[in-house]
Amino acid sequence: MSAVVEFDADLPWQRARSVSLRPEPFGALVYSFSTRKLSFLKSKTLVTVVESLAEHPTAAATLTACGVTDAQRPAYVKALADLARSSMIERREAP
Amino acid sequence: MTTVERPMGGRLIDQFEYGLDAPICLTWELTYACNLACVHCLSSSGRRDPRELSTAEAERVIDELQRMQVFYVNVGGGEPTVRPDFWHLLDYAVCHDVGVKFSTNGVKLDKARAARLAATDYVDVQISLDGATAEVNDAVRGAGSFATATRALENLAEAGMKDFKVSVVVTRENAGQLDQFKALTDSYGAQLRITRLRPSGRGADVWDQLHPTQAQQRDLYQWLLANGDNVLTGDSFFHLSAFGEALPGLNLCGAGRVVCLIDPVGDVYACPFAIHENFLAGNVRDEGGFQRVWQASELFADLRSPQTGGACTKCAHFDACRGGCMAAKFFTGLPLDGPDPECVQGYGEMALAARDASTLMPKSHIDHSHTGPVRGQPTLLGLPAMPPAAAAPAPPTRICDESPLVGLDLG
Repeated sequence: MSAVVEFDADLPWQRARSVSLRPEPFGALVYSFSTRKLSFLKSKTLVTVVESLAEHPTAAATLTACGVTDAQRPAYVKALADLARSSMIERREAP
Repeated sequence: MTTVERPMGGRLIDQFEYGLDAPICLTWELTYACNLACVHCLSSSGRRDPRELSTAEAERVIDELQRMQVFYVNVGGGEPTVRPDFWHLLDYAVCHDVGVKFSTNGVKLDKARAARLAATDYVDVQISLDGATAEVNDAVRGAGSFATATRALENLAEAGMKDFKVSVVVTRENAGQLDQFKALTDSYGAQLRITRLRPSGRGADVWDQLHPTQAQQRDLYQWLLANGDNVLTGDSFFHLSAFGEALPGLNLCGAGRVVCLIDPVGDVYACPFAIHENFLAGNVRDEGGFQRVWQASELFADLRSPQTGGACTKCAHFDACRGGCMAAKFFTGLPLDGPDPECVQGYGEMALAARDASTLMPKSHIDHSHTGPVRGQPTLLGLPAMPPAAAAPAPPTRICDESPLVGLDLG
């Protein structure tokens, strides 16, 4: 299990390797096979963000690429911070 | 597919009312066979059903759950561990990314098995115990069942098993033992899980005597507010939220929306407490399998339409309790859009009192209860251990009329 980490949007992140994501009409269900915790992604945009974290140099760059506006940004950063705290997303080692 | 149009955004709980593409989790009862004869058994278990899913059929169900990304299943019965292929199916599920949480009375959890479980990831064990003392427990679960359960708990603790659970159905007899249950559970390094008594299966026969009183419900609510973070409830006490502050978890009837039941013969019901033809959505053996039942059954489509009418929608507390438990209403003869029989605002008691001789009390035709005497048969309320008719049981006409465990020494 990865240690609890502070979320920093200027670092590279990815969906945790032990986490499965299941698309649903409202967004997605995420389940961690290591912590056995279930969580919910409440918008399709957030699903896209989580799934494409690994393709961008930082979480902040992912938000921009996914079309998250400045006004929406704080809510998305908070959502990602919650996911980091519950080990649903994890720090990616810089390549 | 649901025909009701789903709104976008809003609260998650409102989204759940419209159902999901796959259950969040589901209950799967692997067998109706059981070594015990608990008075409140929600599935009226006892004898094995000869149409039980075969090992190969059960594996196909697991394959399907994996494809649908059902992340874990609650396995029960009957007593699931008496199925000879139980441990194989457990391994098969875990290897296919379907985590298993299984409920057992502990009969098969010896030291060797406990050690193997402790070494397996993605498996949770729940030991059922309905009294913090042998006296209270054995009155409903049968003589010797407290000893069997606590021996299993000792074995799991000794094997270093993590996060195993003690699972308690709250009754009028044990509602005063919550602190004792917590202490007992803590002493094994386990976690306490308490759930609601439903008038389902044989539970219908004892519900009047065993369901908690209004005063006990209030105490339970206060206890849950004080201890809720450390105690699991399967979100089964959401009807108590109408006392005021919402309890942690999902305060919504999940039947056919986010949960369902697969019974031992593959029948799919809306929830584990609704084994009745009115709540039968299909069978996993049908064309299209479980996925088609979940996504296309008419019954589930109906259940996924939010309630708009009925007495409860006019109540100030409707948003807190959402009308309570569907199964509890159904099996006590109350209308499904009316109050829960244990409505904490008192409307349930009024509805129960208003029933008369013309009220239809639905009875499930699915009953696998033992027909002969059972070792340690519970003696609830001092009733004779064995009904006179069972004193001289007729010889079995079919193999399944006899307990599959007859002659097996469970000591």
